[in-house]
Amino acid sequence: MKLMNDRTLLIIFAAFVLAAPLIFAPTGAAYPDLLQRFAIYGIFAIGFNILFGLTGYLSFGHAAFLGVGSYASVWMFKLLTMNIIPALILAVVMAGLFSLIIGYVSLRRSGIYFSILTLAFAQMSYNLAYSVLTPLTNGETGLQLRLDDPRYLDGASVEGTLPSTNLFGLEMKEVFWNPNILGYDLQFNYGYYVCAVLLIASFYIAMRIFRSPFGLMLRAVKTNQNRLRYTGINTRPYTLTAFVISGMFAGLAGGLLATMDPLAGAERMQWTVGGEVVLMVVLGGMGTLIGPILGAVFIKYFENIFSKINEGVLHSWFAIMPEWLDNTLVAIVSPFVGKGWHLTLGALFMIVVIFLPGGLVDGAKRIGGWITGANRRKAKAEAE
Amino acid sequence: MGILEVQNVNKHFGGLHALNNVNLDVEQGSVHALIGPNGAGKSTFLNCLIGKLKPDTGSVKFNGEPVLGKAPHEINQLGVSRVFQTPEIFGELSVFENVMIPCLAHRDGAFKINAFSMVMKDKEIRQKAEDILEDMGMKDKMNLHSGSLSRGDKRRLEMAMCLVQEPKLLLLDEPTAGMARADTNNTIDLLKHIGETRGITKVIIEHDMHVVFSLATTISVLAQGAIIAEGLPEDIKGHPKVREAYLGEAEV
Repeated sequence: MKLMNDRTLLIIFAAFVLAAPLIFAPTGAAYPDLLQRFAIYGIFAIGFNILFGLTGYLSFGHAAFLGVGSYASVWMFKLLTMNIIPALILAVVMAGLFSLIIGYVSLRRSGIYFSILTLAFAQMSYNLAYSVLTPLTNGETGLQLRLDDPRYLDGASVEGTLPSTNLFGLEMKEVFWNPNILGYDLQFNYGYYVCAVLLIASFYIAMRIFRSPFGLMLRAVKTNQNRLRYTGINTRPYTLTAFVISGMFAGLAGGLLATMDPLAGAERMQWTVGGEVVLMVVLGGMGTLIGPILGAVFIKYFENIFSKINEGVLHSWFAIMPEWLDNTLVAIVSPFVGKGWHLTLGALFMIVVIFLPGGLVDGAKRIGGWITGANRRKAKAEAE
Repeated sequence: MGILEVQNVNKHFGGLHALNNVNLDVEQGSVHALIGPNGAGKSTFLNCLIGKLKPDTGSVKFNGEPVLGKAPHEINQLGVSRVFQTPEIFGELSVFENVMIPCLAHRDGAFKINAFSMVMKDKEIRQKAEDILEDMGMKDKMNLHSGSLSRGDKRRLEMAMCLVQEPKLLLLDEPTAGMARADTNNTIDLLKHIGETRGITKVIIEHDMHVVFSLATTISVLAQGAIIAEGLPEDIKGHPKVREAYLGEAEV
């Protein structure tokens, strides 16, 4: 059952994440902005999986915490300093407080009623951010940095231009190494590595939670909450803690999004963003450690790469074919790429849900099983 | 004074008087069977004991402490465990994990955030879980997915989960319902074994007279929401009211 022990898994994962600018180069995704999104949405999905994957409580409201994290960060950039540490801390704390309130109310119900309550809260938060709380959120325009922001700690350092986010002077956007390896122009920037380190830390925390007594209780909540109550466990504080932890991860992700680009808009709180993280976790494999990150990478890859494939690109792919075949193929494929990338993602999602209920991780396990022959051995053992 | 004292419990469901002034005194160390025809109110009564239902009037005391109005997990933490009519286990977890959860609940209480230790490296919990599975003859199955167990094994697992908490009172709701005779006999042996090795007070709700007369030290008969007779098994067998209400229809 166990393929490798936790330490090996963590080391392989960390190596993979740190080498990502190299590994993703052949896929066309190895530019800092997208890699950073992979890592950030990976953190978001890891946190969401602690709630959804372990306890089975499906929240559609986690976009609200992502948004709260972003707003909190930008306020920190405006008021205090462009250093990202205070911004990230406030993002996590504020998202934690928010999720405590929303979770306390929503968790009075379970199943579909819980989902609907979180959805309602997300929509409320969106509307608050969009209109009612305009002094705090700057409404439709979104919260942005301005030249006359006080920035009490380092306000005077920059003249005439907006300062950029940094970690003790290391600018997040700065590319510190720009080698050319195997014909690929690679960019290593500080921003990605900040996100990467936090992603690895999040992965480690999730791993510890999965293996802990606390994690076992959360899984028991998903399986049979009734039995758990009659076993002397008060289930509500367990689910609330899981909810707050996942909310804090979402806040961290929101804060990191603001470190990439220091502006926060209400659209980040829209429930579709919360729906996207559900897709990520289900696609990758809910309740698994690595699945949510795979799902996040997959969806962000589709969103950014597939959506850029237009007919011109397709014609160049099929250029060696005869012209009539080229045109036919382009006509068939083009609805699924470019603006139609959602179509491909939807089809893929359906295939995964129907044939691989365990997500991409399940698929990888099955393929691994075919290669090593473990499936055949298992089938044989069952037959006997 | 008994370990469980129930006084004048009444429960209405709309116009139905489901429990009518029920009194019950369960002696420490006894096996108290509660029998009665279908719809007599046995399950309602049990649900009142464990906090699932709240009676309209009356009092329930466990070890002298009133338990009415307490949540199910609080009552369990006082030392009352329950075996359900259809086995309630954690079907998606392994047999071993199923038993570890009550161990943890017993040691750490109703809520504890213990998120940074490894549950599989907790020697004390592992040992306790292994011991109880050994005792229940399920050690060879500890790594199986509990949802794939046979019904008899699920029942056995559920009992292991209750026993590992070292309860003072064990409530069993028709532990042999729907079982074949051989399985029923196994369950009787298991319960006798538990009685001999642990001496836990038990309240059993049961339809099968064979089971009742094999195990019970005291029997109460419930009919139409009221206790109509109570006494030793021999007395109950011959009690005219009981024959009329219940045993007349069943084989003895």
